[in-house]
Parts: sequence; structure tokens; C-alpha cells
Amino acid sequence: MFAAAAEQDIQVAQNIGFGIVAAIMIFAALKVVTSKNVVHAALSLVAVMSGAAAQYLLLSAEFVAVTQVLVYVGAVMVLFLFGVMLTRAKLGRETDLNNRGYKMAVPVALLMLGVMSWVLIDGFEDTRLPEDRGQVPLIAVSDSIFKPYLLPFWALSFVLLAAVIGAIVLARKD
Amino acid sequence: MLINNFLLLGAVLFCIGVYGVIARKNAVLVLMSIELILNSVNINLLAFDAMNGNVDGNTFALYIIAVAAAEVGVGLAMVLLIYRNRKSIALDELSEMKG
Repeated sequence: MFAAAAEQDIQVAQNIGFGIVAAIMIFAALKVVTSKNVVHAALSLVAVMSGAAAQYLLLSAEFVAVTQVLVYVGAVMVLFLFGVMLTRAKLGRETDLNNRGYKMAVPVALLMLGVMSWVLIDGFEDTRLPEDRGQVPLIAVSDSIFKPYLLPFWALSFVLLAAVIGAIVLARKD
Repeated sequence: MLINNFLLLGAVLFCIGVYGVIARKNAVLVLMSIELILNSVNINLLAFDAMNGNVDGNTFALYIIAVAAAEVGVGLAMVLLIYRNRKSIALDELSEMKG
């Protein structure tokens, strides 16, 4: 009884943290898709990415969280801001960011959300994450990358090489 | 914690991203919505990883982050090229490939 209550207390702290971060993420994601200002949308995307890194920490995957901050918040967002700067002169509000029939996307997204929520709630009713999982050891992650998933790793390095060369070829002026 | 917390958060982010892909006309904003979708997939992978107690989900999440970085690089290069040729990145004006 008391052990269960103590467990509940620990989970209360985690759940409150999860709820706050999740609310911030959902709000910022809505800002990304509804904002009239492209730069504001990019900055809201930073909030979503950082919140996702916090959720990865809650899921005890700290290496992925650090990589998320480095790659997404550091590199990808700089790319996005460069894209915004290089493709439009003005940085203020704009009126012409949505398609004509964009309201049709609302029922599509809501329908998809309804079906997915129903399936998830039906399938995983009250499955709990294990309480005593420690941090994922980095040795285990690297063993997983370099032993069973070595071939995808090689393929991925070729993908990155091709992407770098392709981006240079596409974007250079001549 | 319930695993459904994380899975439902992923579902919500996925649907917001799908809304953005359908509704937005600006190509850079469509790429941002695709990033939202990829992030929701990563949250799902790590939630299942924590549920099952192995590290395969971490590996997949790292691979997805790398592929997303490559995708953004090539995508923005294409957007720049389109902008240079047409002075516009509105996706509904790109109709050359229409049969």
C-alpha cells in the first residue's frame, strides 16, 4: 500500500513534467502550422524540438536527446533560417502562406487523430513503462549501431555523402 | 508512467504535421511540418524502446535524425533553386510536370 503510494508520488512528478512539456510542444506545433510569420514558425519549431529532447530524457534516452539538440536545434534550424532569409525579402507578417482550400485539412487531421487515438487507447489501455529502467548505457547504443545495424550505418553514410554533394550541386550558381 | 502518454503526444504532433503539409503553400513551411512528423515518429520509437527495455529504438531514432538532416539539406537546396528560377516558392504554382 505505502510502496504503491510512494510509486505514485514518483510518477506524479514525472507526469507533471511530461504534461507541462507536452502542452508547450503542442502549443508550439500549432504555432508552426498556423503562424502568419515564417520566422516565428521557425522559432516555434525550436520550442517543439527542445521539448522533444526533454521527452527523450524522460524516456531515459539521453544520447538521443543530446543528438537532438545538436542536430535539430543547432544545425537544422540554422538551415531553415537560411532558407527563410534566402527565399524572401520581407520578414514580417504575410497573408499568402496557405493554400486556397486549406480548411479541408482540419477534418483530415482530426479524423486521423481520432482513429490513431482510438487504436492506441484500445491497444495499450494502461500499459506502464517499467519503473526501474536506468539510463540507456551509451556502450549498448554503440554496440547496437556497430554490430547488428552496421549495414544501415554504412548506407546512411552514403546517404549523407550523396545529400551533401547533391545540395552543393543544386544550390551553386552557374 | 503510462506509455499512452507518449504515444498520444506523438499522434497529436503527427496530425498537426499532416495538417501543415496539406494546408501550407510556402515550401519552407511544408518542410517544417515534415520535421514535426519525423519528431513524432522519434518519440514513438523511444517510447517503445523504453517499454521493451532494449536499445534498438535508440539506434533507429539516431538514424532517423541523420536521414532528416540530409532531407532538410537537399530539400532546402531544391527550394533555393526553385526560388532562383521562378522568384516564388508557392507550391501550387509549380505545374510544369502536370500532364
